[in-house]
Amino acid sequence: MITKRIIPCLDIRHGRVVKGVNFEGVQDVDDPVALAKFYNESGADELVFYDITASVEGRGIFTDVLTAVASQVFIPLTVGGSINTLEDFDRVLKCGADKVSVNSGAIKNQRLINDAAKRYGDQCVVLSMDVKRVNGKFELFTAGGRKATGIDALNWAREGEALGAGEIVLNSIDTDGVKQGFDIEMLSAFAEVVSIPIIASGGAGCMEDFKTLFDTVKGVDAGLAASIFHFKTVNIGELKNYLAQAGINVRR
Amino acid sequence: MIAIIDYGVGNLFSLAGSLKKLDLDAVVTSDPSEIKKCDRIILPGVGAFGDAAEKLFNSGLADVILDEVKEGKPLMGICLGMQLLFEKSFEYGEHKGLGLIPGSVVPLDDVLKGSLKVPHIGWNALDVKKPDNPLMKYTKQGDYMYYVHSFYADTEPDYVLATSEYGFEVTGAVSKGNVYGTQFHPEKSGNDGLKILKAFSEI
Repeated sequence: MITKRIIPCLDIRHGRVVKGVNFEGVQDVDDPVALAKFYNESGADELVFYDITASVEGRGIFTDVLTAVASQVFIPLTVGGSINTLEDFDRVLKCGADKVSVNSGAIKNQRLINDAAKRYGDQCVVLSMDVKRVNGKFELFTAGGRKATGIDALNWAREGEALGAGEIVLNSIDTDGVKQGFDIEMLSAFAEVVSIPIIASGGAGCMEDFKTLFDTVKGVDAGLAASIFHFKTVNIGELKNYLAQAGINVRR
Repeated sequence: MIAIIDYGVGNLFSLAGSLKKLDLDAVVTSDPSEIKKCDRIILPGVGAFGDAAEKLFNSGLADVILDEVKEGKPLMGICLGMQLLFEKSFEYGEHKGLGLIPGSVVPLDDVLKGSLKVPHIGWNALDVKKPDNPLMKYTKQGDYMYYVHSFYADTEPDYVLATSEYGFEVTGAVSKGNVYGTQFHPEKSGNDGLKILKAFSEI
């Protein structure tokens, strides 16, 4: 059977890996190429490469860093950050990405998901969503969680699936960087409305958080985290052994 | 030298990168004379069968590949490239494939009928049926491979080297004579995947 996936996320800023707490107060961690190589060899199931400031600064992704990362990675690589057009898709795919993550670009241009899915296949299009509770509703945010859109995030997830997104990365701004566990309530709500794979993001602080995630929200296919892997709080090999002992199917 | 066939379908970067990692010489090409000079051929592919088959046949590359296979050159198809080895596909209509392995390509959902998510995407364990086949030389029972597909090859057990469980035994790797194929992506399956490419390079 298919396994649950463990995915380290490399947030890149100015060519370096960083990790913010609630998206602010960013701190330098490591060289992206060295980290990518380390994760590829330590049992990560995929890697996400996210240029966190590309969309804020209104520029394209660092393609040279991306190319260097891709050459060290023999597992699926998802790339995001300021993807607004099919040309952006083309550019990062040519640098070695396997999947492309869209966020605000897909909100600004509602044809983007559908056009990209038609050209590159559904499996290539990952809809990334930053979501926060506002007045008891799940609201969609952009620009690294800084900008409210007024859009109902559950509706956007449904629409994204209908347009051809192959997977959803659901990042809870409410739990991101807090390390108190994934946002089980939010993830459960989204798992009920879409049938494409959901990648849970935001809040992992220890190995048990992944067990709780996979045990509680059956519709979640993968857990994504950054700082706990970068700072070696959690070792991926140990995490997988722990999950396997708990009866969760993982690749070892 | 391995020829990676470039017919405008999919991303060849990671495949070329994987062969480089293994210190294998490879060239991404659509030039028949270059393909003829290589000692083995990889047919990659991502996307829709009909579109890919059309490009392969219209460009004349299908004939080049068929000629080389007839001469005994090892050929390996990956993902859609594996599906193209079969006689036909029922992906959005009916399309003719290379016909190198008997069988057809049909929707996973014909069998799953909504019981599991389609596409079948992620890591799945191999059940090796023919451990003595040269492509399986370095592969162990239970090795994990990375799959992304919505259609599968429905073929005779004679041609099936390995399967993976996803509601039923999904065709994972195939061979007939000097023709080989994997539904999964060896170039994206970590070290276990690289071992499959290494085995192909030694056939």
